[in-house]
Amino acid sequence: MIGFLGRRLLTLGLTLWLTSLVVFVVLEVLPGDPALLMLGVDARPDTLAALRAQMGLDRPAPVRYLAWIGGLLTGDLGTSQTYGVPVADLIRDRLVVTVPLAGLAMLVSTAVALPLGMLAAAKRNRPADYGVMAFSQLGVAVPNFWFGILLVLWFSIGLGWFEAGGFPGWSAGIGPVLKSLTLPAFTLGLTEAAILARVTRSAVLDTLGEDYVRTARAKGLSRGAVMRRHVLRNALIPITTIVGLQFAFLLGGAIVVENVFFLPGLGRLLFQAISQRDLIVVKDAVMVLAAMVVAVNLTVDIFYAVIDPRPKTAS
Amino acid sequence: MRSFPVTAAAILLAAGVAMTVAPTGAAAQNRSRVVIGMQLEPPHLDPTAGAAAAIDEVTYSNLFESLTRIDERGEVIPGLAERWEVSADGLTYTFHLRVGVKYHDGTGFDSADVKFALDRARGDGSVNAQKGYFAAIKAVETPDPLTAVVTLSRPDGRFLFNMGSNDAAIVAPESADANKQHPVGTGPFKFDRWVSGDRVVLVRNPDFRDPATPKLNEVVFRFISDPAAQLNAVRSGDVDAFPNFGATESLAILEADRNFVVKVGTTEGETVLALNNGRKPFNDVRVRRALAYAVNRQDVIDGAMFGYGTPIGSHFAPHRAGYVDLTGLYPHDPAKAKTLLAEAGYPNGFDAVIRLPPPVYARRGGEIIAAQLAEVGVRLRIEPMEWAPWLERVFKGKDYDMTIVSHVEPLDIDIYNRSDYYFDYHSDRFAAVMDELSRTIEPDRRAALYGDAQRIIAEDSVNVFLFQLPKAGVQRAGLTGLWENSPVPANDVTAVSWQ
Repeated sequence: MIGFLGRRLLTLGLTLWLTSLVVFVVLEVLPGDPALLMLGVDARPDTLAALRAQMGLDRPAPVRYLAWIGGLLTGDLGTSQTYGVPVADLIRDRLVVTVPLAGLAMLVSTAVALPLGMLAAAKRNRPADYGVMAFSQLGVAVPNFWFGILLVLWFSIGLGWFEAGGFPGWSAGIGPVLKSLTLPAFTLGLTEAAILARVTRSAVLDTLGEDYVRTARAKGLSRGAVMRRHVLRNALIPITTIVGLQFAFLLGGAIVVENVFFLPGLGRLLFQAISQRDLIVVKDAVMVLAAMVVAVNLTVDIFYAVIDPRPKTAS
Repeated sequence: MRSFPVTAAAILLAAGVAMTVAPTGAAAQNRSRVVIGMQLEPPHLDPTAGAAAAIDEVTYSNLFESLTRIDERGEVIPGLAERWEVSADGLTYTFHLRVGVKYHDGTGFDSADVKFALDRARGDGSVNAQKGYFAAIKAVETPDPLTAVVTLSRPDGRFLFNMGSNDAAIVAPESADANKQHPVGTGPFKFDRWVSGDRVVLVRNPDFRDPATPKLNEVVFRFISDPAAQLNAVRSGDVDAFPNFGATESLAILEADRNFVVKVGTTEGETVLALNNGRKPFNDVRVRRALAYAVNRQDVIDGAMFGYGTPIGSHFAPHRAGYVDLTGLYPHDPAKAKTLLAEAGYPNGFDAVIRLPPPVYARRGGEIIAAQLAEVGVRLRIEPMEWAPWLERVFKGKDYDMTIVSHVEPLDIDIYNRSDYYFDYHSDRFAAVMDELSRTIEPDRRAALYGDAQRIIAEDSVNVFLFQLPKAGVQRAGLTGLWENSPVPANDVTAVSWQ
């Protein structure tokens, strides 16, 4: 287990280092002068030079790379060029929206998908199965932003139960925050659930065909007990993989739904920072996202080891 | 991703009609609070250190004040200076400051703050986006706390207007460096809080010199970039007014609803099909005139702007004194365009690239113009661009054939006199008019000179002048006092109230 963790952590470090190189080089070759973008078309050359010096853009690229990496290693993410505030604060403000949203969405997704997927597998080729598969087909086909707009039409404009979007901030209390995240979480969660239900169904069906399941039934265990003790536990491996992938995707990929609900999430910060050429924010946000994705994958790997002891003993 | 808002709006429209969901109207309306929607979030709130219009749209006249002030019609009215005198030679401006003005942090305001703010804006380390506004200033003197005397090195006909801009906000030495995040001004509202990515909240300044101003206790600016989300926010009552509404295509739906009022006013944005006058074939005036004949402005306005927008025939806002209507100079005439192209040596037309920045008017306008020019044999390749590379390549590098952009600075016809500007246009006649204008203060003569300037660039057909960018907004019925026009970027809420 120690060796397994050590190898994983080493890969993690290497992944992050490579990410830092790629994002730095990409931003170096991306055209666009941040100072010109901030000061606009009427700016005078001396003003532009003053701002560039203030931003540290007049230093050579390797120096800037080392300064950035050095800062990251010591926990200093630098200061945003456009907003003028520490990047750490900016990213934290966005993470407190994005992480709860992704978490809630996965909660909705698993709560809907697992029972439905198992039901479909258990009632294979019967009306319940067709119903679940039809729901899932629909969920995969419907773009999530469109579903979000429908929810706004029904629940915000029609019924007036929720605001059409926005985020009140955690200072407003947990009630308003949960309320503001409800529609976006269902939008993301239900569309993810559609995929997860299909995966669950096929994973459960695969396991149902295994010899040990037949053996368990033959030795007299009830259907339900076999489902719980033998089938679900073994089907969890592919399901966990998909849940991990979906969660990692939602951390940075919810941007379209963030736009529909005008939520200030990390994806939108990244998008804005790229268009404003706020390079330090782009670099840091990408690193934070990469770190989170890597961490999610590590957690999934550890979880594999817990639910299925074979990989670690085999290696 | 780019076509998403349009698609989304179209689907929304269809869904809205199909389900006939009626807006419920806002729940109990708080009559001392107003929520204003904005398309973009400001990067920070210091108007003296950035060009982003969103900064002005939150802070102008609400948080910060300048010596003079620009009103809804674009006129110069008293600001922190209640009156002023200008010497006969136009070189000395004596500003008499208001009594009893205080900054939001409790510090007092006097002529020393004026000197500090103006010297800071024109000084060496200045990062003011409009440093040119202060270029003519030779010295700022403070004979007494309520008098500031500004001496210019040359007459500047636009000085009073420029001093009313947000870039010339009178900031205090105690707070100037922290204004990006914690703006401290003298205006009728104070900064309360900023929920990053979502909203900025301003509250009433109880110590404001005029107790009758403002009329509201709280103003919330919310930032919603997606047009479909803007429409939802307005219809659900989350937002009371969206002065620059992004979902132009949905204005008709809102106009038909008595809960909302649609307001269409003017801006200072002259939208032009800019031509690289320094590059073949656009260095030939016959080609430039041919393009002007080939473009049908009204079709561009109808197609790209859903009919909102006033045609222009030169680089001048129709609501300004001195405006000359030159829209008839090159009426839509493809046959004439072809003749001119043949005369210039292009009987079969030519190929060119049009580089388009992100705004909707440019992207949609570009497609329509490409179709119109194709009729006379000019084949355009459309190249959409982000702002950053557009500024770098087109604007700074002059690496372009054609582009579409709106020039939003007020009275900016003088850009045709800048030798290194991206149009690459040079005219001694125009330079002479601009030179006389810069030395002229008398209003009638200035208007006449502006008229001459408009005619020269229209005759030279420097660019194809398209339309004045409209300010198309929507607000809940019962809300009054918001600006209908946009002479400077602003959401001045000092006079806003619920009826």
